[in-house]
Amino acid sequence: MNVPAAWYLVLAAVLFGIGAFGLLTRRSALIMFMCLELMLNAVNLTFVSFSRTLSDVAGQVSVFFVMVVAAAEVTVGLGIVVAIFRRRRTTSVDELSEMKG
Amino acid sequence: MPSIDYLAILPALVLLGASVLTLMLSALLRHSLSARVATSLSVLAGLVVLATSVAQWVDVARHGASSTIDHAVVLDGFSVVATGVIGVSLVMASLIAHDWLVRGPVSASHFYTLSLAASAGALVMVQANDLVVIFLGLEILSIGLYVLAALDRHRSASAEAALKYFLLGGFASAIFIYGAALVYGATGTTNLSAIGYFLAGNVLLAPGLLVAGGALLLVGFAFKVAAVPFHLWSPDVYEGAPTPVTGFMASVVKVGAFAALLRVLVSALSSQLTTWRPIIWVLVALSTLVGASMALVQRNVKRMLAYSSINHAGFILLGVWAGTVRGSAGALFYLMTYAPVVLASFGVLALVGGARDDSHDIDRFRGLARRQPVLGAALAVLLLSQLGVPLTTGFYAKYGVLLAAVDAGGGPIALIALIGAAIAAYFYLRWVLALYAEEPIETDRVSVGRASGLAIALGVVATLLFGLWPGPLAALAQHATLLFHP
Repeated sequence: MNVPAAWYLVLAAVLFGIGAFGLLTRRSALIMFMCLELMLNAVNLTFVSFSRTLSDVAGQVSVFFVMVVAAAEVTVGLGIVVAIFRRRRTTSVDELSEMKG
Repeated sequence: MPSIDYLAILPALVLLGASVLTLMLSALLRHSLSARVATSLSVLAGLVVLATSVAQWVDVARHGASSTIDHAVVLDGFSVVATGVIGVSLVMASLIAHDWLVRGPVSASHFYTLSLAASAGALVMVQANDLVVIFLGLEILSIGLYVLAALDRHRSASAEAALKYFLLGGFASAIFIYGAALVYGATGTTNLSAIGYFLAGNVLLAPGLLVAGGALLLVGFAFKVAAVPFHLWSPDVYEGAPTPVTGFMASVVKVGAFAALLRVLVSALSSQLTTWRPIIWVLVALSTLVGASMALVQRNVKRMLAYSSINHAGFILLGVWAGTVRGSAGALFYLMTYAPVVLASFGVLALVGGARDDSHDIDRFRGLARRQPVLGAALAVLLLSQLGVPLTTGFYAKYGVLLAAVDAGGGPIALIALIGAAIAAYFYLRWVLALYAEEPIETDRVSVGRASGLAIALGVVATLLFGLWPGPLAALAQHATLLFHP
């Protein structure tokens, strides 16, 4: 069975939307990280699908860069969450409102 | 193997090398690296970057703009000048941070490992000619800054600021790279020049993909430069991060992000001018007005400067909006003059903030100029420069972008920006008047370290000298923009 490339793009867009929605609405820092990862992986899927339809390898190379960046980002992010948790015993962003914008 | 022009990437290599060296020294030495040694190393690295940018300028002036590493990185007048600005900013930021590192609880080697790597990321951004390379530079810059914002473990606001910055910065990065993926799908390449050629030579049957991708790229950039309505993170992050880090953010991030934004719009998407102009128009109008109005109601000076920098971002975007050589030169000139001024301002704030870096109420500044005339006058000059008073660089910076916008047929938007500047003038002047107010509330003196003093003096001298004599700097910005890699 041959799945058209457009479907992959739609799937990626939906995943990206779920990630963005989750990041903006959820209140736990850890869940927000997961949403961030979901968004980046949706980007990877988009790159790969386009790479396939364009028969161009550059899109697949981009995916590796995005994966490396995502890994580095989550390492730093978890470090920050651990630092906050040690101090305040919470990872809910609602309780982190010392400053008001 | 693509050929590599090492002169082009030398500045980034120097900073990465210095960052790794600092890390290795701190790991291998028995005692922790002293702040004096670490600062010297960082200042030296900044000066080497500045010297290299001069050598690059000579090369570009002689041979013209070029690209290297399979056209992913460019060496042109624009990138060279932006590199020089980042070099100067790094030197000043290191000097400002020195006094804080000496008295503070933060390890100097941690600070410099991260700030040098982050500056290298900014250098990658100003030279990047490929959407994926811009993304890499952006992430090297941002990931360093997330940790820098969290460095002060004695104030819980520091870690909170870092988390906010991380979540919204990560969100912005994801949006940016999704935009890059869509543009890749529409044009078949992520190289900026190649996108430009493709769009100049082809008519897209379904431009929706390109428009969506371009819009997402713009949103990503707008987050990074803190343009309204994507600015909500910036006051909290500016307030929570250690003051020297805030100064570093306000200067280096702005230079890197605006240079990359200009390159994307001018080099890749110039044929789509009519599509992106309205978006930038809205960003300019909202940033100048909202930034200035929100600054009025703040009591914390770091938040005030955060909103003030949003207002400035609006002005720089005005140069971008013009989309002409003059507009780009105006934006570059704005960055060249704004970076030292904002760094020196945060230098004063770091001194007044005290050893624990936590007293940033506007009342702390009442009567400062009466108790300490030199420090007070320096801050007054820096604030007046940000306001845009004649005889300071701020005036010519604003004048340049406004003129470019009017030239490009943007009378209304220039007027809106001017109204924003007028509102901003009120809070700058109020602050300056507070400096000279009678009956000082606080009586303890602010101790001025030698390194911070030097950095603040540099900022004041630069704004006054080039305010009286802006010709050379303006000519440099103009030349740099003309030597743009197509």
